[in-house]
Amino acid sequence: MSFMTTAPTTVLAPAPATAPRSPVTSAVRDVTATVVRELRRTLRSVDGLVTAFAIPVAIMLVFVVIFGGAIDPTGNYIGYVVPGTLVLCLGFGSAMTAVSVAQDMTSGTIDRFKTLPIFGPAVLWGHVVASVIRNLASACVVLAVAVGLGFRTSVGVGSAVTIVGYVVLLVLAFTWFSAAAGLALSVDAAGSINMVFLFLPYLSSGFVDVSTMPRWLHGFADHQPFTPIIETLRGLFVGHVPSSTALTALAWLVGILVLSVWAGSRAYRRRTAR
Amino acid sequence: MTGPMIEIAGLRKAYGRTPVLRGVDLVAPRGSIHALLGRNGAGKTTTVQIMTTLVQADAGTVRVCGADVARQPRRVRELVALTGQYASVDEFQTGRENLVMMANLAHLPRREIPARVDALLERLDLVAAADRRVATYSGGMRRRLDLATSLLGRPALLVLDEPSTGLDPASRTQLWELVKDLADEGTTILLTTQYLEEADQLADTVTVLHDGVVAACGSPTKLKGLVSGAHVRAVFADQRDRDRARDLAPDVALEVGETDEDEASLTVRAADPLGTIRALLGMADSHGLSLEGVNVVRPTLDDVFLALTSPGVTRAATTSTGVTTTTKEYVR
Repeated sequence: MSFMTTAPTTVLAPAPATAPRSPVTSAVRDVTATVVRELRRTLRSVDGLVTAFAIPVAIMLVFVVIFGGAIDPTGNYIGYVVPGTLVLCLGFGSAMTAVSVAQDMTSGTIDRFKTLPIFGPAVLWGHVVASVIRNLASACVVLAVAVGLGFRTSVGVGSAVTIVGYVVLLVLAFTWFSAAAGLALSVDAAGSINMVFLFLPYLSSGFVDVSTMPRWLHGFADHQPFTPIIETLRGLFVGHVPSSTALTALAWLVGILVLSVWAGSRAYRRRTAR
Repeated sequence: MTGPMIEIAGLRKAYGRTPVLRGVDLVAPRGSIHALLGRNGAGKTTTVQIMTTLVQADAGTVRVCGADVARQPRRVRELVALTGQYASVDEFQTGRENLVMMANLAHLPRREIPARVDALLERLDLVAAADRRVATYSGGMRRRLDLATSLLGRPALLVLDEPSTGLDPASRTQLWELVKDLADEGTTILLTTQYLEEADQLADTVTVLHDGVVAACGSPTKLKGLVSGAHVRAVFADQRDRDRARDLAPDVALEVGETDEDEASLTVRAADPLGTIRALLGMADSHGLSLEGVNVVRPTLDDVFLALTSPGVTRAATTSTGVTTTTKEYVR
């Protein structure tokens, strides 16, 4: 075994290698390392690429090209459905976090990280930041396809910034929700969290007007979070959002975010410090 | 700093109503290889998890390099590295990427990372595979990569939880060589194992855990001395001669243990193996017995382990020197 003798012995000699540094600097470094890891996980698996990019594009195509003509023969449906499709895709993409968090929790990875002198929730934050980056990229692809299909918006730079900010808030809320679920569930169960984001939007005003739904569904459809969340995004694209709708959407998103961060951080601490 | 690397006193842990550790004491000096030997469920992994701050103890104290795991977990994490039972490296990253990520998380100075990663890849024989994804690695390569990530931060104490589980014999030998080299270069090593051969080959001291308490502790040689010494096995040409030898043995002060019906052999207790062989030869000569061969059988750690952990055995009492006496009769 030649490798035993060729390498210098200093490689293995024990010595403390940690240099004193500010807690913020080292926390940023820890989170950056885990973000890079998460992005590689997405970009290097067929599964990750399909979930992040192919499925959102397929959903967009199904609604605009296949259902669009039946729902509104005049061809104006695209302007109505793009925000709903976008929210559905972002929710679907955020739900991937549930699976990767659940995998980390059960595969021994988290134990390995926990024996390092790292910023406690770095792994969790890495998942969240990576999800925001991944979903912004997937939103760009979905929007590009929508524009290719005829979607037009006349928003200025200011509104564009607002839209990006709103999308980030939305992804943060959905991702933290998924991360909290991933901490509480098995890998298999975490895989079905995306059903929440896949089906709830259908029961909102995202795809068809609520007034066309059966009467008994109106109460639910009007008051569930996806209706104001999607209508706010639709309003942002046309440059006018009723303030009550926007406030309701923000209340839902901030509420989901705060509750999920609290529940997720608590579950993370409990899972990592038994 | 002087003093022992690991000091464990009165360690207790229960999961729900199931006690896992029921008062474990252990002291391991610096620069040694210490083995924690026990069956599945004996409490080895729990002890390791408490030592590496992954799990909190119910009672007792654990100090690593003088740092208390409960009070100074961050300090302990700087000193200790753990390689678990399952290689916890990412399949979707290459070997090098895994190491660079862990180096960043271990807070190595940025400028030193590339050189350090290269040195470890070379040291662990992973240079050719460095830029391939871990998904393509064999079990032995994953284990070596896992070990490399543990060594990034130059730990004072390296904890290996069942390091050779699932490795083929060649990979296992390679791993053992590496562990010995690490110890020679100054790293203290604690390894858990259920393989006695592994403990025998590697460890300076062995602690036998059984049912959440220390059943015995000492050097492999010392532990083997616990089960009454060596014996001599004599093989005869036929069973008739063997039976005659068994009957004659008490006359020359030989204590016969067990006879093997199929092989026409018998075993004789041998506090002094050479003297016993001489006595056997003399007996065979003077009575015309056809003795075909003799061999000295020394107790292995297996015998010690079985003696200490078999159900129904009176629990060995640990003396103040850490060496254990056992009342178990040594058979075979």
